[in-house]
Formats: sequence, C-alpha cells, structure tokens
Amino acid sequence: MSALSRPRGPAALLHDGVILTWRNLVSLPRTPELLLFTLIQPIMFVLLFTYVFGGSIGQSLPPDVSYAQFLIPGIMVQTLVFSTNSTAVGLADDLQKGLVDRFRSLPIARSAVLVGRICSDAVRLTMVAVVLVAIGYVVGFRLEAGIGWGVLMILTAVAFGFSMSWIMATIGLSVRDAETASTAGFVWLFPLTFVSSVFVPVTSMPGWLQVIARNNPVTLLSNLLREFTLIGRPAAGTVLPVLLWMVGIVVVFAPLAVSRYRKV
Amino acid sequence: MSNLIEVNGLVKHFGATRAVDGVSFNVGTGTVLGLLGPNGAGKTTTVRMLATLLTPDAGSASIDGFDVVTDATSVRSIIGLTGQYAAVDEKLTGRENLWMVGRLLGMRRDDADARASELLARFRLSDAGDRQVKTYSGGMRRRVDLAVSLVGRPEVLFLDEPTTGLDPASRIEMWEVTRELISEGTTVLLTTQYLEEADELADRIVVIDSGRVIAEGTAEELKDRTGGRTLELTLTQRADLERATTIAMRIGDRPVTARSDVATLEVEVGRDTEYAARVVAALSEGGIAVEEFRLQRPSLDDVFLSLTGHAAEAEADGEEDENGDDEQADS
Ligand SMILES: Nc1ncnc2c1ncn2[C@@H]1O[C@H](COP(=O)(O)OP(=O)(O)OP(=O)(O)O)[C@@H](O)[C@H]1O
Ligand SMILES: [Mg+2]
Repeated sequence: MSALSRPRGPAALLHDGVILTWRNLVSLPRTPELLLFTLIQPIMFVLLFTYVFGGSIGQSLPPDVSYAQFLIPGIMVQTLVFSTNSTAVGLADDLQKGLVDRFRSLPIARSAVLVGRICSDAVRLTMVAVVLVAIGYVVGFRLEAGIGWGVLMILTAVAFGFSMSWIMATIGLSVRDAETASTAGFVWLFPLTFVSSVFVPVTSMPGWLQVIARNNPVTLLSNLLREFTLIGRPAAGTVLPVLLWMVGIVVVFAPLAVSRYRKV
Repeated sequence: MSNLIEVNGLVKHFGATRAVDGVSFNVGTGTVLGLLGPNGAGKTTTVRMLATLLTPDAGSASIDGFDVVTDATSVRSIIGLTGQYAAVDEKLTGRENLWMVGRLLGMRRDDADARASELLARFRLSDAGDRQVKTYSGGMRRRVDLAVSLVGRPEVLFLDEPTTGLDPASRIEMWEVTRELISEGTTVLLTTQYLEEADELADRIVVIDSGRVIAEGTAEELKDRTGGRTLELTLTQRADLERATTIAMRIGDRPVTARSDVATLEVEVGRDTEYAARVVAALSEGGIAVEEFRLQRPSLDDVFLSLTGHAAEAEADGEEDENGDDEQADS
C-alpha cells in the first residue's frame, strides 16, 4: 500500500509549490500560442524599435550609447511586466474551471496554488529574458560590463516581474474569469510601461510627464539595468528605489492575493 | 450504525438568495445518500460547505467527527470531491492529473505512478491515459475527474450531479463505477436532479427544494407517501373498453379511467391489491380478453410533483435533449 508522508509547516508549502510549479511548466510546451507569444513578441519589438524608431530616437542619446544598448534593458522590463499578465489569466482560468476548488478540497498548503503559479511564471520570465539578450546581440547590444552583470540584470528583471505577479494574482483572483483577467491585467500596463524611459529618454517628454516618468518603477528599473550592462557596479542611489518598489509591492499585494485566494 | 456525516441546520445566504436555508440530515457509514432537488435547490452549495470550500452562515456539519469549519484540514484528508463540472487540468494528460494529486497527497513517485495506472485501468482510461484531457469526451472527463477524487482512497465521496449532461450510455457507465465504489464500502453523498438516479444508487434520499429539506426516506418510502397504486389493464379489443369500464365500476367505488387511445383501463386501487384481483377476475368472467395488466407504483416523478408542487427539472431536461436530437436528425 502507498505510504503517505506529507511534510508539515513551511516544508509543506515547498513540497506542494514544487508540484504545482511542475504542473504549470509541463503544459507550457503544449500551449504553442503562449510560447509563441512569449518569444515572438519581444523579438518583434526589438526589431521594430531598433530599425523603425532607432534612427530618430538615437539622436537624443549620449553619443557613446547606441540605441540597441539603450533599448534592450528597457524592453526587457517592458516585456517581463507584460508577461506577468499570465499570472492573472492562469489563476482566473483555474478558478473558472473548478481546479482551485479541487486543490482547496485537498489537504495541501493553503497558498500552494498561488506559489506554484507565480514560480512557474518566474521560470517563464527567465526564458523570455534570455531570449531578449540573445536577440539583442543580433542588433548590436553587448554586455559591456561583463557576463556576471548580465546575469544580475536578468535576475533583477525577473525579481521585479515576480513582485508584479502578486498584483496580477490579486487581479486574477478578483475578476475570476480568464478573459476579463486578460483585459484587466493589460490595460494599466500601457501607461505604466510607456510613460517611462523604456523606449525614449525621459528628457524628450513634456515637463509634467517627466515627473511621473522619472518616479515610475519601470524607469528606475530600466536605468538600473542599463547601468548593469554598461558600467557594472551601480550607484546605491539607483539600486535602493528599485529594491523599495519590489519589496513594497510584495508586502502589499502578497497578503492581499492570499486573502483573496482564501475567500474564493 | 453510526453516522459518518452529520449536518445540523446548515444555512448559506448569497445576498438575498437563501441558497441553503436550514438543512439537516445524517449519512450512515458505508451508505449512499441521494440529495435530490431541481436546479437552484441548493445542492452544490450544501456540498461545497461539507467539502470545506464554503463557510456556513449558520449551523454545523461534521465528517467522521471532524467539524468542517474548525477542523477543515482533517476533513480534507478523508474526503474526495467530484464537482458538478469536471475539475481536471485539461493541458495535462489523464495520468499526469492522477499523478499530481497522488504526489500532493504525499505519495512517493512510484506509488503515485502505480496508483495512477491502477485508476486508469479501473475507469477504462488506460488507452487514453497519456493523452491530454482536452481531447477527452464528456464521459471520459467525468470518469477521470472521479478517478482523481479517489486517488487518496477517501472514506467519504461527494458526487455533485455526476451524470448531468452525459448521454445515456455514459450515464450508465458512471452508475456502474459508482456502484462498484459503493460495494467497497465508501460512504457517498450524491446530488442529482434525476429521480431515477437517486432510485438506482442511493440507500436513502433527501429531497430539497429552495434550500429546505422537504422529504426524507428510502425511495420506497417516498413512493408510498403518495399512496396510490394504479391497476392498468390493456385490452385486446378496443371495442370492449366501454363494457369493461362498466364491469370495473361495479366492483366498488375506486375511480376508473378509460383511455381509448391505448385501449387501457386504469383503476386507482390505493393499497388494496385484493381489489385489483377482483377487477381482473370480474373482467375475465365477463369474457373480456385482457392483453396485459400491471400494478403500477407511483414514479418518483409523481412523488416529486406532489412534494414540491412543480415537476422535477430532470424531465424538462430530457425533453430538451430529445428536441435537440430531432433537430440534428432533420439537418
Ligand atoms: N456564489 C454564489 N453567489 C450568488 N448566488 C449563488 C452562488 N452560488 C449559488 N448561488 C445561488 O444559490 C442558489 C442555490 O444554488 P446551488 O448551486 O447550490 O443549486 P443546485 O441545487 O446545485 O442547482 P443546479 O442543479 O443548477 O446545480 C441558486 O439560486 C444560485 O443562484
Ligand atoms: Mg449544482
């Protein structure tokens, strides 16, 4: 007879979280649309922006910085932020299909479904980030400060995506319907990512917009990633605000998502 | 016999909707209770409270002595839930769904593998086991969903409308696997809109309507409650119908109905089977050829109608299905 040995306490969350992360990752290659969207969209953006806008925008950059060098870190932030939408859609879909009920009727760790979703999405974000660096190399981007700082750039971007996933989880568990989740997750990402230094230097914007753009976490993170790739060791003043944003988002939204999950 | 499930005055309101409005019943260990009710009666809401998915507004319930609110984790480790809609991951294969739940329940990898194969074989899914669930038919989905809820060998199984939306063949297949489980001693709480299903599978039936229990008993007891049995006599010759009616009315004061369309005489004999025998004998003496006669007990549908004052929803569904089929045949 099969012996049951469920771990207890925090180990239970790890045990269940790993299994549910596995569940989301196995189905990834079987969902070609998602994979395609994940990989094709960033490639398209890099090519479009480099060749269509690169010429004109490049003029407002410092003379020693190429547009590709400017664009890749920013577009990495933008793409990862958009990719977190799948956290909202995935959770809403699980709710709609009754899977959350199934998991909640099992004697497993309470937030395991959330953890499994967010961890598998983090794995996916890492894949996307690696693809972006690769396509970046095609259009002239280089990790000038060395590969170590490049790795740190990817990890930092994924960590930010991870924190954003908690917002998306809260949205997905609130709307409870995959289609609504997709829209509700997307709309606010456009102002968030475009009113920033992702595509153009903030100085090219009207004054009042510059104030918003400068304090946008997406700008702060893009600038930090640029420092990682160009000069390596960043100034504490660039690191701290990004760190505060990430911690702040998790501190606010993780408990919110968990309490939402308990009430569904 | 002890009660494995005890439900006391459960209440759940959604805004102004009294989904469950003071429901009480018990389910004996190793028995099957059928919770019978039309759409919106509160069946799913009741099951969700018992399965720890929903907190009751009032009342209490326990499973094997564990309170569903204060001891939810203990309850979860002894129940299996098959919801109204198959809750399996469509992107995974049938085997992966089973394996995942086995692992979540704390089985070792190879134990989870073995359990998955065993359940696939048992539910006739071995061939489809390595296909994604999204390629399954409705009946296969329901079976894999049931299989998933059995991975941990639960003491109590909740089956919420296990056959709604299935074709007759798949329905009978579900009944067979359910009967097997029952014969192994699993305690089952089954909800259904189909009177026939409750009659087939359940030891006892609780009828609910608008969140309240309106009747309780075995299928037999419920049928007896409407009392009357009907003697139905089909005559060989339709021409004899009038004379036969006269003879039958002479026996006593029980109501007689002649249905000339089917050459059938109906005598409401109540519980008096002797009376029925006398009618048959008198007709025979009168030289009336009887093709067939039977003593008809009221169907559960009749019971339902007399209890709720409206027909059971299952009937309406059946008619819809038939119409649907007709339309397909036409096109
Ligand atoms: N989450 C909810 N929010 C609001 N109302 C609800 C909710 N769940 C159920 N209801 C309402 O509660 C009542 C009982 O619903 P329930 O799903 O328990 O019925 P049911 O007997 O399972 O019906 P069916 O045969 O259609 O599955 C219905 O009027 C339904 O609309
Ligand atoms: Mg229901």
